[in-house]
Amino acid sequence: MDQGRRKVLRAGGSAGLAGLLMSIGFFKSDNALAADWDKAAFEAKTLPEAFQILGVVQKSDSNDIIMTAPDIAENGAVVPVSAKSTIPKTESISVLIEKNPNPLTAVFHFPDGTEPFISTRVKMGQTSNVILLVKADGKYYFTTKEIKVTLGGCGG
Amino acid sequence: MTDPMKIRASLQGDTVEVKVLMNHEMETGQRKDANGKLIPAHFITMVNATCNDKTVLTAQWGAAVSKNPFLNFKFKGGAKGDTIRITWVDNFGENRSDISTIN
Repeated sequence: MDQGRRKVLRAGGSAGLAGLLMSIGFFKSDNALAADWDKAAFEAKTLPEAFQILGVVQKSDSNDIIMTAPDIAENGAVVPVSAKSTIPKTESISVLIEKNPNPLTAVFHFPDGTEPFISTRVKMGQTSNVILLVKADGKYYFTTKEIKVTLGGCGG
Repeated sequence: MTDPMKIRASLQGDTVEVKVLMNHEMETGQRKDANGKLIPAHFITMVNATCNDKTVLTAQWGAAVSKNPFLNFKFKGGAKGDTIRITWVDNFGENRSDISTIN
């Protein structure tokens, strides 16, 4: 009896949560960017595979993407990475870590009015190239930096 | 339910700088527990930031964003007193939404 009551409460709770999310616009149909998690791209196991799924056919090396990250990360579990693009009409910046089990780490979308800048912290299993991929006006640009890792962040 | 996020939003000139610290394990699915059993992946997949209901940033994340994620971004068009709301959803369908005010 007690269990039955809990189930009802739980069902009520999740319906309430969905309603809350609707009300704050998380699942708004016009906000397709936020509504879709690109499972295939995030589960890609190699850099070329990730680029392919993201639809990156051609990309050019660009000096207009500035990556601020350490040369050597003592702790691979917390590697600070900042990205800034000065390419006009930058729509998104993605962070990819070549030698992680799944290279694609994050994709940030910038609506009009938001600066094409992001700062976050990522995990690196080992020394690897870190790639920032910028989509601007439908084209792709990238920059690469090798970060040496003393202590991996993905192991046991 | 997880602990609340720490959100700081400050107006500098015409730009609002937002700094967020979330509370989440961000488990990669690569680690094993003491018995050698794989710990299932559990991580934030989507983040949404709004200023007075206008979207100012959306993000999709994988498991390699660090535990207790930190996020810093900047946007124009915000004013002191505006409401910043950050919402995340993880791969278990859990979610959290917190608000702060621009100062």
